[in-house]
Amino acid sequence: MNILTRAGLGLLMTTAVSLAQAEEVRIGMITTLSGGGSHLGVDVRDGFMLAIDQAGRDDIEVLIQDDARRPDLAKTLSNEFLQRDEVDIMTGLIWSNLAMAVVPSVVRQGTFYLSPNAGPSALAGRLCHENYFNVAYQNDNLHGAMGAYMREQGFERPLLMAPNYPAGTDALAGFKHLYEGEVADELYTQLGQTDYAAEIAQIRASDADSLFFFLPGGMGISFMKQWQSSGVEMPVFGAAFSFDEIIIQAVGSAALGAINTSEWAYDLDNAANRAFVEAFRATHERTPTLYAAQGYDTARLILSALEKAHPDDQDAFREALRAADFASVRGDFRFGPNQHPIQDIYVREVVEGEDGQPTNRLVGLAIEDIQDVYAEQCRM
Amino acid sequence: MSATLLIEQLINGLQLGTMLFLMASGLTLVFGVMGLINLAHGSFYMVGAFVTAVTTASTGSFLLGLTAGSLAAAAAGAVVEVLVIRRLYHRSHLDQVLATFALILIFSEGTRWLFGSSPLWLSPPDWLAGSVALPGGARYPVYRLMILAVGVLISAGLYLLISHTRLGMRIRAGESDREMIGALGVDIRRLYTLVFALGAALAGLAGSLVGALQSVQVGMGEPVLILAFVVIVIGGIGSIKGALLGAILVGVVDTLGRVFLPALFGHFLPPSQAAGVGTALAAMLIYVLMAVILAFKPQGLFAAHD
Amino acid sequence: MTDPSTDATVPTAAPRLGRQCLVNAGLLALTLLAPLVAHLLGEAYYVNLATRIVLIAMAGVGLNLALGHGGMISFGHAAYFGVGGYVAGISAFHAFDGSLLLGLPGSDDMLVIWAVALAACGLLALAIGAVSLRTSGVYFIMITLAFAQMVYYFATSWPSYGGQDGLPIYLRNGLPLIDSQQPLSFFLVCFALLLAAMAITARLMGSRFGAALTMARLNETRLATAGISPYPIRLTAFVISAMITGLAGALYADLNGFVSPAMLSWHFSGELMVIVILGGVGRLFGPLAGAIVYVLMETLLGGLTEYWLFFLGLVLLGVVLFARQGVIGWLAGGTPHG
Repeated sequence: MNILTRAGLGLLMTTAVSLAQAEEVRIGMITTLSGGGSHLGVDVRDGFMLAIDQAGRDDIEVLIQDDARRPDLAKTLSNEFLQRDEVDIMTGLIWSNLAMAVVPSVVRQGTFYLSPNAGPSALAGRLCHENYFNVAYQNDNLHGAMGAYMREQGFERPLLMAPNYPAGTDALAGFKHLYEGEVADELYTQLGQTDYAAEIAQIRASDADSLFFFLPGGMGISFMKQWQSSGVEMPVFGAAFSFDEIIIQAVGSAALGAINTSEWAYDLDNAANRAFVEAFRATHERTPTLYAAQGYDTARLILSALEKAHPDDQDAFREALRAADFASVRGDFRFGPNQHPIQDIYVREVVEGEDGQPTNRLVGLAIEDIQDVYAEQCRM
Repeated sequence: MSATLLIEQLINGLQLGTMLFLMASGLTLVFGVMGLINLAHGSFYMVGAFVTAVTTASTGSFLLGLTAGSLAAAAAGAVVEVLVIRRLYHRSHLDQVLATFALILIFSEGTRWLFGSSPLWLSPPDWLAGSVALPGGARYPVYRLMILAVGVLISAGLYLLISHTRLGMRIRAGESDREMIGALGVDIRRLYTLVFALGAALAGLAGSLVGALQSVQVGMGEPVLILAFVVIVIGGIGSIKGALLGAILVGVVDTLGRVFLPALFGHFLPPSQAAGVGTALAAMLIYVLMAVILAFKPQGLFAAHD
Repeated sequence: MTDPSTDATVPTAAPRLGRQCLVNAGLLALTLLAPLVAHLLGEAYYVNLATRIVLIAMAGVGLNLALGHGGMISFGHAAYFGVGGYVAGISAFHAFDGSLLLGLPGSDDMLVIWAVALAACGLLALAIGAVSLRTSGVYFIMITLAFAQMVYYFATSWPSYGGQDGLPIYLRNGLPLIDSQQPLSFFLVCFALLLAAMAITARLMGSRFGAALTMARLNETRLATAGISPYPIRLTAFVISAMITGLAGALYADLNGFVSPAMLSWHFSGELMVIVILGGVGRLFGPLAGAIVYVLMETLLGGLTEYWLFFLGLVLLGVVLFARQGVIGWLAGGTPHG
């Protein structure tokens, strides 16, 4: 009862505060902070809030809610932000299925949505919208870049593996689109699968010369550990979703040598990135992941647009966002016609760091100025 | 599909089965003796894995970690039994489901509170890393063979415990007549705490062993919990023998289904569709198996009692 | 708290029932008035929140018929909720697309969708119930879970309707004469249907059928000696129960403008049971009370702390250990099944 009363009071107070400051900017963040896979949401939040705190503006209020990775809860929270808190901008969703539930109705009701991670193909193409900006990537970017890289490196028969769900099939399609060659086989696993003995036996029995897989989060951790102990010798490639700094710490030495694509690396050499990594390490005592970088960039993009216009002036604010007039930690950054990034994708290798723990090291460029293929379907 | 690959997949299925048995034996024991449905059994699996990961990382010894993980799970089990579970024995299954559902939330979020949101590192020790050659030329991970061996040892141990010791006699007595053993002067409260802690320890051991092969993260116990329930329902709730058979059946069917169903559909569907349909059916397969078995044997294969 | 079976002596029952009626009336008034006030204040969010509560309550009313009145502990009612939702989603998808499904056009008329959802859930429950009701006790709990998991995995991996990503409904399906887009009218429609579902349950339980169902739960042998087989009675109750939950699912999909496999997950089955138990098992107004408390806790705790699920767990544990009659029992006392 006590908790309920306190919550009620809190509600009243936030309403009162909002009446007092009419000109402030309200940002609603719905992200995954509890349950499995919550380290992505935590990093997006921490990166985002780092940029907001650094800006030192007291006219920006960020409301943060946890979606527990449930689409219906995310949907309810988005209504709460839109109808009760009347936020100007929304952001934060990690998972494509949650984004599909929330984003189309949010942007159609005239609120801006900036994606710090999820980039499902439908939102880049058929369902694109002038109020929707993706600051991270279209989901296929990293997979396609790896396809291009592996072809360039001369691999001839890669075996592809992904969970059997839309992001998984999209990932393999994205890879094949830029790989353009024959593949040895395609294996589809169950979403959330934890044991890969059967798949590893199939890979061993195949005549593939390399392995490309997309198994985000815990699935990737499980697979890499089991892969190492299986003794199969084959070069392993993937997207950064299976090799962020937190995941490779959990995988340990089994991750060493894996090659992965990312639109960002913590050792990427530019001024904005050096400052970001240093500040993030100082505040949170850990190395940021790409998700933290995406959260940071999202906040900095918003801040840069706020310099020019208030979101109430929709057209001016939208133009300011499109200009992407901020120093991205990725270096060059611009939006394509569907308001998804056109960006360089880098290649990283997992190596042993100075402290003996595995860490990513930048090895080079996978592809320059990649743009998603769905932009053609976008009629804005 | 060569014979070697088939044999390798069969071993994979058996190994998954022994793992499931470690989980299922505790569940079925608790149900058999106390008549309790425990949805929070997966939480002990998670506690075991987390404590093993932390202990192994700080001491460097996997064996020490394994011991600590199992003991921590047993301790968590005993504490939960005394504080909560004890009040549920005379309640309906419905109350038990609700209370243990609440325990899942408390354990999962409590673990995240203590250990943070990131998955933890845990790997097999060096002396169990790598693989050995199987007859026929395939290689098989040493660690998985070790899990298989531990599973067999535990099954044998449980058999001896239940059929040849005083504790086992009391457990059997408790299964057949709860009032009776109280009248015989057995301290029934202590017996229940002990059985519950034993089940939790087995789950913790399973979590610790598997944690080295999988991701040690919050919520890791839930998928395996559902599988363990499928196992004990197929085997007949309360029956250790049924749990063993059910676990092996589920392990083998699941593994072979994942391999062969997509290949099977490949014969008469285009490859992209075959993979999708085959994988979808493979995911449903063990539930179909369970429904079919229950349709013909409503008490499972080896019904102890309901 | 005394044992409910000895509690219901005739002299004390009358004033208690009076108090229960008061509590029930209060709950209804609260559910109806809160969104009206919110609407007048221009707070559409609270109207939608109330609609959410009403629909979850309706799903609970469905489950309560099987679980509370019929003693059939179904751990798989998410299947019907989700199938109802998918009927709304798929129908709207084809109506939007202009494409055909099995030779039939889609429809964005809620009346058609409700009829199809009721039929689909009824048939599904008939098949599942026919097999499941051969088992009892824990086996029944687990076999209903198994069937729900089958539906879940099917929906997750079937690509045509979005698979794991789910299926958006871009424009809420329509109703003749009523503007379903308007939050308050949609709330009133849902509220009326909730009342209808509760009235059907009350009517059913007051009839000979209800007496037979109660007897099947309490003493199967006595029912058999009266020459009535419990199986068809239970199966009928199970099917009706699933249909009510399925209708709630169809409306819930329209409320959210979205349907996804999450509606089919075993977590949701568990939550639905929690709501029924929280409110008071076998009480007509239990699911409504449970849904109010659960949804409000979820909404308020979620804003307070990242670890809200931990506290939710503590509250639920407290309810099951110390408030055995649920919210209604705590407010009104008396016995369930009354």
